[in-house]
Amino acid sequence: MSEYLLLFMGAVVINNFVLTRFLGLCIFFGVSKNYDASAGMGMAVTAVITLSSIFAWLAYNYILLPLNVTFLTTIVFVLLIASFVQLLEMAVKKYTPNLHKMWGIYLLLIATNCVVLGVPLINVESGFNLAKSVVNAFGSGVGFALAIVLMASCREKLRLANVPKSLDGLGVAFIIAGCLALSFLGFSGMIK
Amino acid sequence: MKGYWDIFSKGLVLENPIFVLALSLCPALAVTTSVVNALTMGLTVTFVISMNNLIVSIVRNWVNPKVRVPIYITSIATIVTVAELLLQAFAPLLYKQLGIYLSLVVVFAIILARAEVFASKNRPFPSFIDGFGMGCGFTLAMLIVGVIRELFGNGTILGYTVLGSWYPPALIFIMAPGAFILIGYLVGAWNIWSARIEKAKGERGETI
Repeated sequence: MSEYLLLFMGAVVINNFVLTRFLGLCIFFGVSKNYDASAGMGMAVTAVITLSSIFAWLAYNYILLPLNVTFLTTIVFVLLIASFVQLLEMAVKKYTPNLHKMWGIYLLLIATNCVVLGVPLINVESGFNLAKSVVNAFGSGVGFALAIVLMASCREKLRLANVPKSLDGLGVAFIIAGCLALSFLGFSGMIK
Repeated sequence: MKGYWDIFSKGLVLENPIFVLALSLCPALAVTTSVVNALTMGLTVTFVISMNNLIVSIVRNWVNPKVRVPIYITSIATIVTVAELLLQAFAPLLYKQLGIYLSLVVVFAIILARAEVFASKNRPFPSFIDGFGMGCGFTLAMLIVGVIRELFGNGTILGYTVLGSWYPPALIFIMAPGAFILIGYLVGAWNIWSARIEKAKGERGETI
């Protein structure tokens, strides 16, 4: 049990996907302009990563490995995740229209995204079993949500600040992300 | 000929994929800890984006617009796999260092964006040039970041010692926070630079 807890905490704070592994930066900077949108994005990413890592694990271990075609991993994962996200979007739209109104748009944005593709690839690379893959994926999603919500809070405050014109927007966003990363650096070494 | 030069050069500064469009940022931070890694990544992306633009442009008249995105993604994934296998065969060490980020070239927004914005509407040769220009702009940005990070973080360039033993390496440049802060300031510098270019063009009476 403690092994899974450590894996989860490691994925959330120590190997935080955005701030130490640099994955998912496009949406991290694109959607973190306001708090509500970033919270929605965080939830959508967590759900999609967790579910798609299950499918990816099954596809890898029951199709790609037995057929000895692991060089197709990238292609298969990309298509699998993109089509899964499309299906998920349709299902959410049909059965829970309210939820769809809240984060349907984010679902399509993350259909092809490095964080969603990266987690299944890392799971496969580390040789995790199904349970560990799910825990790692869920932790990564929570870590992503944490980072993007923190970032959005900072950027909302920043609107009141007087930023030099050349740094305004993307430039200062990067510098804030750097400061966040610096504080997350404090977690490294917490779990050996 | 001037038309082709314009298509090529807009990717370098005014529409630089990393500093201006802010697409495909992940590799710019993740693999720029050394110049060699940055250069390999840049060249791989240049290869993938120009080949993909070429293929998308060739098939553009037969592709049903409704299924275009899955087709583009399949095409990109195929080219990336080819590039991956080539690197694995001829430069196994680099392949290992780039690791997962090499597979992630598939989902670089810039590649899909160029296919959608340019290659699906233009003839094969201009599309190839457009992809090549964007790739070069990407490589340029990667090299700038890579040189600064390796120089200040390790005192070397391409593995050769440049700053002698008097320089205590600032490890922060190699680590994650340094990368973010450095790119932040580079984006600022880029904004100043491209504003100057546009101003100079405006003074000469050219349209931008």
